[in-house]
Amino acid sequence: MTSANRHVLPGLRLSLSVTGLYLLLLVIIPLAACVIRAVQLSPAEFVAAALTRRALAAVALTFGASFVAAFVDVALGLLVAWVLVRYDFPMRKFADALVDLPFALPTAVAGLVYASLYSDGGWIGQWLTPLGFHVAYTRLGIVVVLVFLGLPFVVRTVQPVLEGFDAEVEEAAASLGATRWQTFRAVLLPQLTPALLTGFALALARALGEYGSVIFISGNMPFRTEIASKLIVEQLEQFNEGGATAIAVVLLGASFIMLGVVNWLERRRAYYGA
Amino acid sequence: MAPKPNEYGPPRRHLEDPPWVRRSLIAAALLVLTLLIVVPMASVFYQALRPGLSDYWGHLVGDRETRHAILLTLFVAPLAVLANVVFGVAAAWAVARYRFPGRTLLVTLIDLPFSVSPVVAGLLFVLLFGRNGYFGPALEEWGIRVLFTVPGLILVTTFVTLPFVARELIPLLESLGPEEELAAVSLGASGWQMFRLVTLPNIQWGLLYGVILANTRAMGEFGAVYVVSGKIAGATDTMPLRVEKLMMEYDSPAAFAVASLLTLLAATTLLLKALVERKMKQQLTDAPG
Repeated sequence: MTSANRHVLPGLRLSLSVTGLYLLLLVIIPLAACVIRAVQLSPAEFVAAALTRRALAAVALTFGASFVAAFVDVALGLLVAWVLVRYDFPMRKFADALVDLPFALPTAVAGLVYASLYSDGGWIGQWLTPLGFHVAYTRLGIVVVLVFLGLPFVVRTVQPVLEGFDAEVEEAAASLGATRWQTFRAVLLPQLTPALLTGFALALARALGEYGSVIFISGNMPFRTEIASKLIVEQLEQFNEGGATAIAVVLLGASFIMLGVVNWLERRRAYYGA
Repeated sequence: MAPKPNEYGPPRRHLEDPPWVRRSLIAAALLVLTLLIVVPMASVFYQALRPGLSDYWGHLVGDRETRHAILLTLFVAPLAVLANVVFGVAAAWAVARYRFPGRTLLVTLIDLPFSVSPVVAGLLFVLLFGRNGYFGPALEEWGIRVLFTVPGLILVTTFVTLPFVARELIPLLESLGPEEELAAVSLGASGWQMFRLVTLPNIQWGLLYGVILANTRAMGEFGAVYVVSGKIAGATDTMPLRVEKLMMEYDSPAAFAVASLLTLLAATTLLLKALVERKMKQQLTDAPG
């Protein structure tokens, strides 16, 4: 197909030049600018912006909250996906459609409504406050809104795998005397693990870069509820592009390491598994 | 009862979860969806409409800056999406129909904007067009400003929505195969005729799907736009930025009014998406062969 296409189908030169030019202007040059700026950073500049106690606290919080949220998403997402695929109940289609809402809802709206729901007098906050839980304007609030944003990633990666399962495998396990729980633990869960890891990685990546919803609910207190993206914006508002770049580099570097580890786990499973 | 008798065959008791397990898992899943998604949605509309319909209307249309923000979003998003449609079709054609050196790199570059976080996306364009940026001062001498202007908003919105259309079209074109197009060309169709009469009808639903996804993101984008807009009221405030500003001014009913509009948009998106998905499935099953 390939060599034939090149000679017969028209438009290679046109489509390739449009694509190349567009990517050059919108992706390559901007990213190159970022790389060049990062390389030009003097060590002193880097330390002054990215290695302050405040910046490190922000990066640690960003990773901690994102990690916890992605973990919660794996549990909740598995539950939701399982119920949507395995059971029939009224409004199943509607529930299924709802799962995509966090993808479609602008993050500013998510932040606004979560902050109001979980404030001390809010619909949900009023029940939690007497129990001693404060969610809005705390780290817990950051986790809650990140859980909302990450949920569809896990559900949508697990769902097709669950749908593809062969009933025979479960039947074999049952005929060999396994209980349902044993079948789930020993037969189904191992097959689901790669999808769960992928969902985890996607939810995590989304959470690490999130800005809009978090600034609404976190209160943005330095050292306590301030995330790394907020610090980047603050540096930019002071026209300190170097400082902003330095924090972005730390955030990106740490993200790459984290996603690299998840990828490695995935591949190791694929290699040793089954 | 087995969940879907048609898929799992006749009910097989040993494959079923006990009723109490089934019921409690369904209840737990519905509770999760209710708390995380339904209650927040209901709350948006409740808080927006609580002051009454006339106030609601006033918050949206009566406020000059809110009105401007709505119009600006309706101006910026379609332009960004349009640019990405042209790009997406071209990129998908090149990537799906030809093999050339650097093709994998091209695909990676197309995907890249997805892995750049919104604030960092904004940062990229500040580094280029800011007053200390690489091009900013030079352009300033020509009287051109990008940062804190509408073109800057369009640029950064285009960046964050760049992959949507191309990503939808590349696998679609690949799965369709070039046979129909080759037939059209060998029968004497010009390139444009082939595209208009063969390729476009084949990819129309996939294209629409990509447009819907890109448009949703474009209208809702916050972080990237926040950084490059300068948040000048009545000039570079988009709807999501307006929500934030109203919230900072403690005008929560007005903030929720704008938020309700954005929520309606998200709901419409989901509806359209479901419709287009059905059309795409239909086309797949109707296709001969």
